[in-house]
Amino acid sequence: MSGLTLVFGLFFYLSLAIFLVGFLAKTWKYAFTPAPLRIPQTPAPVSAAGVPVRMFQEVVFFKSLFRGNKLLWIGGYLFHLGLLFVLVEHLRFIIAPASSVLNTLVTYDLYSGFVLLAALTFLLILRVAIDRHLYISLASDYALLLLLLAIASSGLLSRFWDGGHIRMNLPQIKAFIGGLVTFNNIGSVPTNKLFLIHFSLVMLLLIYFPFSKLMHSGGLFFSPTRNQVDNPREKRWVTPWVKTRPTATLPSLEQQAPAAAAAPVQETAEVEG
Amino acid sequence: MAEPAAEKTLLDIITEADTDRNVKGPELTGEINVPRVEEGRIVKGVLSGAKPYAAKPDMMTALGFPDTLVDNWEEAAVKRLGELLEKYKSLQVYLDICVRCGSCTDKCQFFLGSGDPNNMPVARAELLRRVYKKYFTTEGKLFGKLAGAHRLDLKLLGDWYAYFHQCSQCRRCSVFCPYGIDTAEISMAAREVMNAIGLGQKYTDMTIGKLLEIGNNLGMNPKALVNTLESIEEDIEEEDGVPVKLPLDVEGADILLVTPSADFFASPHVESLIGYAKVFHQAGANWTLSSAASEAGNFGMFIGNYTLMQKAATRIHNAIEQIRPKRLVVGECGHAWRIAYSFWNTLIGPFDSLDPKYPAPQHICEYTYDLIKRGAIKLNKEANDEFTVTFHDSCNVARASRMGNRPGGQFTIPRELIKASCNKYVEMDPETTKEKTFCCGGGGGLLTDEIMETRVAGAMPRMQALHAVMKSDGVNFMALICAICKAQFTAVLPRYGVPMDVAGGVHQLVGRAIELGAKE
Ligand code: HEM
Ligand code: SF4
Ligand code: SF4
Ligand code: SF4
Repeated sequence: MSGLTLVFGLFFYLSLAIFLVGFLAKTWKYAFTPAPLRIPQTPAPVSAAGVPVRMFQEVVFFKSLFRGNKLLWIGGYLFHLGLLFVLVEHLRFIIAPASSVLNTLVTYDLYSGFVLLAALTFLLILRVAIDRHLYISLASDYALLLLLLAIASSGLLSRFWDGGHIRMNLPQIKAFIGGLVTFNNIGSVPTNKLFLIHFSLVMLLLIYFPFSKLMHSGGLFFSPTRNQVDNPREKRWVTPWVKTRPTATLPSLEQQAPAAAAAPVQETAEVEG
Repeated sequence: MAEPAAEKTLLDIITEADTDRNVKGPELTGEINVPRVEEGRIVKGVLSGAKPYAAKPDMMTALGFPDTLVDNWEEAAVKRLGELLEKYKSLQVYLDICVRCGSCTDKCQFFLGSGDPNNMPVARAELLRRVYKKYFTTEGKLFGKLAGAHRLDLKLLGDWYAYFHQCSQCRRCSVFCPYGIDTAEISMAAREVMNAIGLGQKYTDMTIGKLLEIGNNLGMNPKALVNTLESIEEDIEEEDGVPVKLPLDVEGADILLVTPSADFFASPHVESLIGYAKVFHQAGANWTLSSAASEAGNFGMFIGNYTLMQKAATRIHNAIEQIRPKRLVVGECGHAWRIAYSFWNTLIGPFDSLDPKYPAPQHICEYTYDLIKRGAIKLNKEANDEFTVTFHDSCNVARASRMGNRPGGQFTIPRELIKASCNKYVEMDPETTKEKTFCCGGGGGLLTDEIMETRVAGAMPRMQALHAVMKSDGVNFMALICAICKAQFTAVLPRYGVPMDVAGGVHQLVGRAIELGAKE
């Protein structure tokens, strides 16, 4: 095993470990932080069966985003769709021999790549072109879009650069990545610079993932306004961190009456809700 | 560490208020335009100075908060935020997952009305998120400002105080957020943190104090209540010739009504109270009010303080033990209904002593609707022929609670009541109603005069939508089911050149239409 293979091999395992541990730790925290009160954003499902339906609409169609901003929905939807397809198509570097469904998909991988690139560019343009979006955007928001753009372009470039040299190297890439994933027969790392750049950027993304807003992919499922059932009257919710309810009782009405009579009458003009 | 400035000046800087109480609303066109934000600059800047009065030391101590800004306030704020993060899933998740997509940016009435970019929900939330990132996230610690992290300095604390009091916690932003991020949860947490370091808002803290000490937000003692109810009874008898009663503290009554205390005194609130009384009378119900629970509202929610909210709600639990009713009914109030519907069962439940045949608690609109459906009361629509009516969905009812058995009953039931009480009913622009409703601009503890600019700005979208139907259909009555909405519109309508009696209650219409007297 060459030194370079060792370096990139370790880089891969380190990034993957940070990603997995970080993602799980964060999601664990979201799952187990107590929710003291019922706060579904109504109208909400009135039975538990309705919650997955609501969540499905959000995750698969970005329903609320669609209501909120159509342009953003188009950009965001195409980006995630492109990302999903590209990810699935990347399975060909891991699974051997590739399944037939995957083979069909892979024939179209150029399209997914370009959709991804175009959608990311569009999202970047929205960020600077709409005054409100410009105001709220942070350096890290641009950085993330640029990182994704760099990943997508370096990936796509490798298809054209040098007469598709990298594509011809596919078996080598497969031997390297496939080997890393299966801990078995790790081939030596392809030395093509473009590939190494593409690979390293993806590792950076994995490392950054659990520390960033990319955690929306896990956190969304634990959003109390969206995942709670609207049945607080029918089913009593108990606040996990409240052990007892204050039980002080008032004096009986008879006891109370003389005190009330003795109290001075107070005229109040202020109006409060 | 906090800047070592003298405490008094420190507080002054943070809480100085210099707003125009005589502020007028913009001219009404019927259109809601999204203001332009110029990059990096507070466009108008007016609202950054729109800060409510700070709570006085005695009000703070009465609620168990430090009497004034503590010396180590930065440290104390971070500590309290850390505690909240462990207790509130909403806070933890929402501070982490916002992608700053921008979908919520044009959804808040306070942004639309003021043009101040810090009133965009995500920008508002970011004020707290900065501090979260600085002290609680690896990203913020490593990349600082680039990732939007910032320490809680004096300037930022001032912005917190200003902008977390320009949020009515209406949850409109949450509807349009791909993850349902609820800025109301974030502003509640920010207010809790501010109170914990000794910086409270006067109006809210004072009101909670009165509720805890005396039993209602108005600070009205039982004797005053008795007098008021008697005079209302006299008025009804004079007007309708029917002895409609408003019983108080009747042990063993079937129904306990808990209603916002503004219903006893304020106008047009009292008209709705008369409406409820007539409904109970005509249904032959054995009902009562309670002097111990003479307030449905509970401002503890506005400052995100679980303990105070529970303490205040405990009065209702106690009233149930005293009166031992079979049913618990709640009057017209937005945030009160949210707390009653969504939180009471958790805070003071279970309601084992009540009759399980009825929902506990039940909204007065649900109660009346049921009577109408069963034909138990008759309404004469002609009685309201002078009105062309529209309905303002109260945000807390629309997006944080329900009526009836089906999702969206909170939209249909009040509308059914209105339509049963009058002949002419008109909907406002559907982009401004139901779950997309705008807040009146006075909710969430903003109903105080020193921030009239904020209130007038926040009312703008609703005013435009109202103006549109006033022009097109001659609407002259906007029916409400919220005590704060009623008070807010009464104050704000004239500032937009609209007569204030356009604002009224749903049960005001019901009360006018109901046929009193013997049933066939
Ligand atoms: C459960 C799966 C996921 C769902 C439902 C989801 C949903 C969303 C939604 C609704 C948005 C807002 C619209 C937008 O700005 O595009 C968004 C933004 C974003 N998502 Fe995801 N996402 C998921 C997974 C991922 C993953 C795995 C990535 C990894 C790269 C990712 C990267 C992004 C980025 C970078 C943005 C911000 C785009 C911008 O800056 O405008 N998402 N996501
Ligand atoms: S809509 Fe939600 S995710 Fe998008 S900026 Fe607003 S709060 Fe953040
Ligand atoms: S909760 Fe309402 S008032 Fe507060 S930021 Fe969201 S839309 Fe604005
Ligand atoms: S006052 Fe009315 S509209 Fe405003 S916050 Fe309350 S319920 Fe919402």
